[in-house]
Amino acid sequence: MAHALADPWTQGFVQRAFFELALLGIVGSALGCWVLFYELSYGAESLAHSLFPGLVVAALAGIPLVLGAAGGVLVAAVAIAVFGRTPEIGRDTAIAVVITTLFGLGVLLALAPASPPGLNELLFGDLLGVSGTDLAIAAGLSVIVLTSLVLLHRQLLAVGFDRANAAAFGARPVLVDLALLGLLAAAIVIGVQGLGNLLVLAVLVGPAATARVVVTRRLLPMMCLATVIAIACGAGGLYLSYYAETAGGASVAGITLAVYLGVRLGAAAQASVARRFLANSRKRARSSSPGPSGGSLA
Amino acid sequence: MTALLSVRGLASGYGSVPVLDGLSFELDPGERIGVLGPNGGGKTTLFKALLGILPLLAGQIDSPGRFGYVPQTERSRLDYPVSALDVALMGALSRIAWWRPLGRTERRNAQTALARVGLGDQSEEQFGELSGGQRQRVLVARALVQDGPVLLLDEPFTGVDQPSAELLDRLLDGLVAEGRGVLIATHDLEQARRWDRVLCLNRRQIAFGPPEQVLTRAVLEETYGGEIVTLPSGSGEQVGILPPHHH
Repeated sequence: MAHALADPWTQGFVQRAFFELALLGIVGSALGCWVLFYELSYGAESLAHSLFPGLVVAALAGIPLVLGAAGGVLVAAVAIAVFGRTPEIGRDTAIAVVITTLFGLGVLLALAPASPPGLNELLFGDLLGVSGTDLAIAAGLSVIVLTSLVLLHRQLLAVGFDRANAAAFGARPVLVDLALLGLLAAAIVIGVQGLGNLLVLAVLVGPAATARVVVTRRLLPMMCLATVIAIACGAGGLYLSYYAETAGGASVAGITLAVYLGVRLGAAAQASVARRFLANSRKRARSSSPGPSGGSLA
Repeated sequence: MTALLSVRGLASGYGSVPVLDGLSFELDPGERIGVLGPNGGGKTTLFKALLGILPLLAGQIDSPGRFGYVPQTERSRLDYPVSALDVALMGALSRIAWWRPLGRTERRNAQTALARVGLGDQSEEQFGELSGGQRQRVLVARALVQDGPVLLLDEPFTGVDQPSAELLDRLLDGLVAEGRGVLIATHDLEQARRWDRVLCLNRRQIAFGPPEQVLTRAVLEETYGGEIVTLPSGSGEQVGILPPHHH
């Protein structure tokens, strides 16, 4: 048993995959909590999808994928932020139009006769193929994202608390939105190498959503719990992938979502048991005390 | 006496069409002005124009530039993970550089402000778990931390329990005694009658002056339109307004 547990970690590619997942877990959890409170899950998912043409362009031009992803995400982030603020268009419509256009552009480029094979790697990542260089870039980006989150903390907190009036207190909702989308873009770039742009969102939003079910009162404990969940799910996914020979990224995403569903259902069951217990104890309290008309009929 | 705040010919609104037009009034140090008007009459628009959140479409505002602001009820979310102290500290946001961490001075100011609204012992409580009146008091504490010479309170007494309303009333006494000027949007005519001056709005300025001169039946009818009712009382008839409907 101990051997089976330790065996995968002797492999360099598993170690690198885990390090990549740990980085993404730390960054994704801190950022994921803000994504939830800013109700940006849909925007984040769209951002991830819309970097697709950037990846294809990078693959075609032979430049590092992270640069292509950064370029694609930047275009999408700016487009969503700008069009989403136009009252006549609205955020939802702006996101839908921007990502459909960009994703379509990516497919157009990818299906061109000159495009290279291996498109599925761009979509689903290659967790077990993460290189040392990829890791160094991811680590650098992680430091930048985390530092920015610490510096922006008070602004993020104030805008999330009361967006409509935040400007009266010296917060800048537009800049905060742009900064959050930019950081989200950086986090997606961190994760896209390992998980691909279709699965990275599971690790960005899943652990934070799970932690929010358990911790509701303070932000920092929520972020810490989300990080623990993300790293544990990453390790679990790697075991699954190693022994069941399933795709790495999909295994991690699958376990992350399974844990979310488990915790959600557990919390719902707990709440329902508590409600039944309360209802029963009220019923007992009523039947033990004589009702207003109960005694006279007997 | 130099006015703290002076407004001449103000027009403001969302976009280029003014929601509010032709406002001229001034606020002196130590003065309490009640801002009266129906829902949608422009009270919140006036405050947002003064704060610089909404554009000034015409006219001129001479202000000290620093305000304490208590927005209408809370649009803030109750499931948001902040304590009463966190919210009060947001009042310090505009006074220090955005990247600088909060210092001991800011924390002490926020704690003092919470004590002043009677919540000194509840500073670590979750904001969303406080009662409606207590949450309103936390928002007042945040405005105190802003430490502006002019305070703008948007219907601070609406939906607030009696003890919180009394505490808020005493607090306003203290603030004007310090020489601050206070603008209070309200639906309570009786309360406004006790204040120094009243400003009646209905998308434009209907009247401005001492309540005994301004709060006549004609002015109130023009301000509130159909929402006005007549209440019989001992000293003759008294005018009131129907309770506001919030959407």
